[in-house]
Amino acid sequence: MDWNALELSVKLALYTCIILLPLGLIISRVLAWHVFSYKGFVEALIALPLVLPPTVLGFYLLVAFGQSSPIGQAFQSLFGSTLVFSFEGLVVASVIFNLPFAVQPMQRAFESIPHTMREAAWVSGLSSWQTFWRIELPLSWPGIVSAFALTFAHTLGEFGVVLMIGGNIPGETKTIAIAIYDRVQAFDHTAAGTMALLLLALSFFSISLVYMLAGKRRPLRGV
Amino acid sequence: MQKFLFFLFACIFIQPVSLLAEDAPVIAAASDLQFAIEEIAEMFQKNTGNKIKLTFGSSGNFRHQIEHGAPFQMFMSADEDYVFALHREGFTLNKGDLYAIGRIVIFIPPGSPLKADGSLNDLADALNDNRIKRFAIANPEHAPYGHRAEEALRHAGIWDRIRPRLVLGENVSQAAQFATSGSAQGGIIAYSLALSPNLASLGNFELIPAEWHNPLKQRMVLLKNAGPTAHAFYEYLKSPPARIILEKYGFMLPQELN
Repeated sequence: MDWNALELSVKLALYTCIILLPLGLIISRVLAWHVFSYKGFVEALIALPLVLPPTVLGFYLLVAFGQSSPIGQAFQSLFGSTLVFSFEGLVVASVIFNLPFAVQPMQRAFESIPHTMREAAWVSGLSSWQTFWRIELPLSWPGIVSAFALTFAHTLGEFGVVLMIGGNIPGETKTIAIAIYDRVQAFDHTAAGTMALLLLALSFFSISLVYMLAGKRRPLRGV
Repeated sequence: MQKFLFFLFACIFIQPVSLLAEDAPVIAAASDLQFAIEEIAEMFQKNTGNKIKLTFGSSGNFRHQIEHGAPFQMFMSADEDYVFALHREGFTLNKGDLYAIGRIVIFIPPGSPLKADGSLNDLADALNDNRIKRFAIANPEHAPYGHRAEEALRHAGIWDRIRPRLVLGENVSQAAQFATSGSAQGGIIAYSLALSPNLASLGNFELIPAEWHNPLKQRMVLLKNAGPTAHAFYEYLKSPPARIILEKYGFMLPQELN
């Protein structure tokens, strides 16, 4: 059991969630309540990581973050390290890769709040900030928690992108999914088995949470 | 909920401190060193109190990762050409040192219809009578052990016929994984891996004649950013205790180090 790798994965998952939560809230609210041209295009772009092979994203990130690219050079001159083969690079990749997992559950939750309810709040004298805080958030929290759980679990299990841009560096980019791969190659099936079981349990727990919350949300539609 | 959030934040902001506290160089090592170097590193850490981090993979991949700015401080390649290439490109301190010469073996898992025959005659027969479905080697494109396996199979005159049946490991460890799992009927892997206790119960093996392929000249080198611990480990690898372990794992030691 590689505790270091688990710690790193949890850290990566938390960073990803913390960045994606506000970002996802903004994007999903806009998508839920606004109609604009090219909306389908934007939604497709956000959903893209669902079907995009991780190696494709990994390849583009490798090219975009590498030392020969403007982004890579800018990052290096600012922070003195490369974005590829670093924890920061993994966070960036992870945020991109988890966008649909964060946005979609929240968007569904906001969509299920009837427009009349928000209008009722406004005519009752609530500002849009108060409406968000006291009406929208309490009604959409199951979707937000689902987004959190999905993003968290998905980041823990992320493999392809991490392998391509991470470089399997202990304590920096060796996440638990990579550690399992690593242990299998080292013929250490006991450790690989323990970690695999842990990821299985965590994934099952997160996905159960998502379904339980989805059950909670259903009666709302009758409002 | 607030307590939970506090816990999450605590996790995040407390972690980096402990990461900064330990300054352990990352050393990229070819997969055939998986067991030997772990043993040497353990001894090094016990004797000096310095910590190092090891990461294993194919030498060709490491070469590219170093070019892309991977923060390794030392590179132990299974093929010296990768070290020379990095040296030409200005990533290394010098041309490094030869530390070992590797050998390849044919590895056959129990229950396989193949024999562990280092002359590869049995493999040629197996291709004729269709006993073999899958045979594992490392990817010749970027794994030195795969490249040498290809040379040996070419020397035996069976490369073209065995090609459609090959499964390619990303590095020689993965090839060994395939060869021992029973899903392939055998494979060509590193002698150093075949000799490790973890593989002892997983099958039989026999050395393939060293003259059948170019020598696996394994060269190590310090990269430009190498710190004191990496330098110390580099020197430690040339010391008798480290050399005894390398020998135990079937590496031939280069004369120039004696």
